Amino acid sequence: MRLRRTKLYLPGNNPNMLLRGHLFNPDGVILDLEDAVAVSEKDAARILVRDVLRRGDFGSCEVTVRINAMDTEFWRTDIETVVPCGIDGIRIPKVENPKDIALMDEALSQIESKAKIRVGKTLIFCLLETALGIWRAYDIAKASRRVAAICPGGEDLRADLKTTRSPNSEELIGPRRMVVLAAHAAGVDALDTVFADITDDAGLRRESEWVKQLGYQGKSVIHPNQIPIIHDVFTPTAKEIEQAKKIVEAAAEAAARGLGAVQVDGKMVDKPVVKRAEFTLQRAGLKAGGEK
Amino acid sequence: MAINAAGRNIPDSIPGYGEVRHFKGHDRRPPEGNRFGKRNRTAFNTRTDKTLPDIKAAISASGLKSGMTISFHHHLRNGDFVVNAVLDACAEMGIKDLVIFPTALFGVHKHLTKHIKSGVIRQIMGSVNGPIGQLASEGGMSVPVVLRSHGGRPRAVTSGEVVIDVAFIAAPTADKYGNLSGAVGRSACGSLGYAHSDAEYAQCVVAITDNLIPYPAPCIHIPQFFVDFVVSVDSIGDPAGIVSGTTRVTRDPMRLLIARNAAKLIEATPYFRDGISFQTGAGGISLAVAAYVRDAMREKGIKGSFGLGGITEFFVDMMKEGLFERLLDVQSFDLAAVKSIGENPNHVEISADWYANPWNAGCAVNMLDTVVLGATEVDRDFNVNVNTEADGALLHGIGGHQDTAAGAQLTIITTPLLRGRIPCAVDSVYTVSTPGEVVDAVVTEFGVAINPRRQDLINAAKEAGDVPLVTMDELIETAEKFTGPMSPVETEDRIIGVVEYRDGTVIDVVRQLKKK
Repeated sequence: MRLRRTKLYLPGNNPNMLLRGHLFNPDGVILDLEDAVAVSEKDAARILVRDVLRRGDFGSCEVTVRINAMDTEFWRTDIETVVPCGIDGIRIPKVENPKDIALMDEALSQIESKAKIRVGKTLIFCLLETALGIWRAYDIAKASRRVAAICPGGEDLRADLKTTRSPNSEELIGPRRMVVLAAHAAGVDALDTVFADITDDAGLRRESEWVKQLGYQGKSVIHPNQIPIIHDVFTPTAKEIEQAKKIVEAAAEAAARGLGAVQVDGKMVDKPVVKRAEFTLQRAGLKAGGEK
Repeated sequence: MAINAAGRNIPDSIPGYGEVRHFKGHDRRPPEGNRFGKRNRTAFNTRTDKTLPDIKAAISASGLKSGMTISFHHHLRNGDFVVNAVLDACAEMGIKDLVIFPTALFGVHKHLTKHIKSGVIRQIMGSVNGPIGQLASEGGMSVPVVLRSHGGRPRAVTSGEVVIDVAFIAAPTADKYGNLSGAVGRSACGSLGYAHSDAEYAQCVVAITDNLIPYPAPCIHIPQFFVDFVVSVDSIGDPAGIVSGTTRVTRDPMRLLIARNAAKLIEATPYFRDGISFQTGAGGISLAVAAYVRDAMREKGIKGSFGLGGITEFFVDMMKEGLFERLLDVQSFDLAAVKSIGENPNHVEISADWYANPWNAGCAVNMLDTVVLGATEVDRDFNVNVNTEADGALLHGIGGHQDTAAGAQLTIITTPLLRGRIPCAVDSVYTVSTPGEVVDAVVTEFGVAINPRRQDLINAAKEAGDVPLVTMDELIETAEKFTGPMSPVETEDRIIGVVEYRDGTVIDVVRQLKKK
C-alpha cells in the first residue's frame, strides 16, 4: 500500500513551488497543468513541468501530473510530454466516462513502450467532478488496472449539482459517500478533495477526521501548511499502533498454530478486526502490503 | 596588504579610515588600556533647568563645529524625525563635514542624501540601508562607511576609538533636568538601550523630546547626570513607524518549513533544557522558530531563563506564561514590549554595552544558549554575509549578528537556499560580516548543515533522528543546480565600506561598484 494521506498541488507555472513542493513532505505531489495554468500559458507550463520532472528531485513523494481534461485539445500533448519522464501517475480531471479511461490506458501504453518504460507503470487518478462522474464511479474505477484512486470534486461538482458551498459542505456528503463506496468496491483508493479555506486549521482538521471516518485514505492539499494537520489526523496514534501490533501478532501466532480463533487480552477477535489492525500498521508505515 | 583570518585581502591602511588592524580570528584581540573618560563638567544649583528653545539653540550651546562627530540611536526606527531634523538644522547653521555615528539608519533617513551630497555629512559610521547604501556603494561618499556591530559600537565608544562630540538622544519623555524615559509618552519606544553609552561617553548630550514633563520623570532610563541640554519639539517621530501593533507569526509555508527545521535542531541539542536562554530577531523566520520552540517548551514542560535582544510581544507573552523568568531588552519592537518594560520588573532594560560589548567584564550575549539569525549569504566555511546584497551593494547593518553569534552556545543561521534566482549558499560570501568559526549551523528549506567543527551537535542531531541533515557542500551544489553559475560582481578598487569585527579589527571591506 502506498501512503496517500496528502497530495500537494503545485502550480505548473510556478518554478518556486515546483522545485520545492516536496520539501514539505507530502505523500505525493501533483504538478498541475490544468486549473492553475491559463490557456495562453499551457505550452510554457508543460515545458517547465517537463524540465522539473527531468531533474527528478522529489524525495520519496509519489509524483503525479494533473493533465488537462480529455475534452480539451491539450491532454494528448500533456501525456506525451510528461509520461516519458517516468512519473508515477496522471490525474485526469472531469472524468465521466469509463471509455475515456480505456482510451487513456491505451494511449499511455503506447507512450510507455516508445519511451521504454514498463507498460502499466503510469497510474491513473480519476477526478470525478460532475454528477455523472460520481454516478459512474465504480465503472470508472474498474475501467483500467491503472486506476489507483478516485476522487470526488469540490467546486466544479458543486456547480454541476447546482448548489453552493455550505459551511460544513453538506452538499457533498452524498457524493463523498458514493465515491468511497465505489472505491472500496473496486479495490482502489478513495482520496478526498481539497479544503479551500487555507486559514481555517480547525475546519480542515474537522473535515479530515470526517472523511477518514468515512473510509478515505487522504486528501488533496492546496497549501503546504495543511499537510501536518492532515498527517496528524490520518496517522495512527501510538496507542492505536500498540493495539494493532498486538492483534496482528496474535493473528500470526494463531495461524502458525493452525488455530482459527484469535484471542487478544482474553477477548476473541474477528477477522475484520485483524484486517483493520493490519491497515493501521500500514498507515503507520510499519507494515507493507496493500488493500488490493 | 594582508590576508586576514577570514581569508580576505585587506590593505594595511584605507584612505578615510586610517590604519587597519587585521582580523586575526574570534577572541584574538585582547583589550588594551583603560576606558575613555569624558570631560568633567558641573551644573551648579543655580542651573536647575536644562531646557533650550529649539534644536539650533542646543547645537549652539553644545559647541558643535564642522568636522565633529555626532551620534544618534535608532529606537524610533522608521518613525524617527530626530536625525533628519538635527542634520537640517546643522545645514542651516552652515556646519559641515560632520561624521554621523548612528546606531542604525532606516528608510526614513534617505532625507540625508541631500546633506551627503552638499557636504554637511562627510562620513557615516553605522549601518546604511536603502538609498543611502546605494549612494555609498556607487561611490557617492568621499570617506568609507564604517560598520560596527551592536557590541562593536559601544566597544569603540568606551575604549575611546570613537569620540562622540555631541550625542542627540531622542527621548519619548524627559523632564527639564534631563531624566529620560523610553517607556512613556506618545512616541514611547520602550528600551533606550543603544543610547546609554552615548549618554555616558559623549562630550555633550542633547535630549530631544516631545513629552516634556515636570521633574522628576517616571521610569527613568537615562538619568539627569549624563544630560547637558533638553529641547522640546512638537514631535520626535511617527508612532506608526516606531512600534508595530502586534507581531504575527508568518504563514508563509517556506519560512515555516525553515523555522521548523531550526526548531528541530534546537530541540535535538543539549541546550534545550530547563534554564534555556534564547534570542531571535523579529523577522518572519525568527519569530516562527520562537513559536515552534515555545510549543516544544510547553509540551516538554521546559522553563527558560531569559529572552535577550530585541523584544517582541511574543517574548513578553512567553514570560507571562512562565516560559522565561526574565527579558533583557536592548530594543522593544512592539506596543506590548513597550508596555511591559514600563510595568514589569522582570523585563529589564539593558544597554548595548551590557548586551554585547566584548570589552567589559562580561556582556549578556555570553550567557546566551541559542540565537537564531538571518543572512543574505552563507559560504562553505560558514562565513555569513548580512551587509551586502548579491549585486554587491552595501544595504544592511551588522546589528547584533557578530556579537550573539560569538556569544551563544548554539548559533543558527536561517535562510532560504534561494531568493528568487539568487543562491544564498555560495562558495565564498561577497562580504564576511560574521566569521564561520562562530557559526554552528545553517538551516534552509533544503536541510540543516552543521559546522563540522561541532561534531557534538552533528551527533545530537543524528540521535534525534528528525533533523534533515545535509552538508554545506550539498547545499551549495543544490543551489548551483538551480541557478547556474553567477557572474561575479564588478567593482572598482576604491573601498567604500569597512566592516569591523566586534573587537575593532577589520574583517572585510566593500568596494565601489563599477558603473553599468
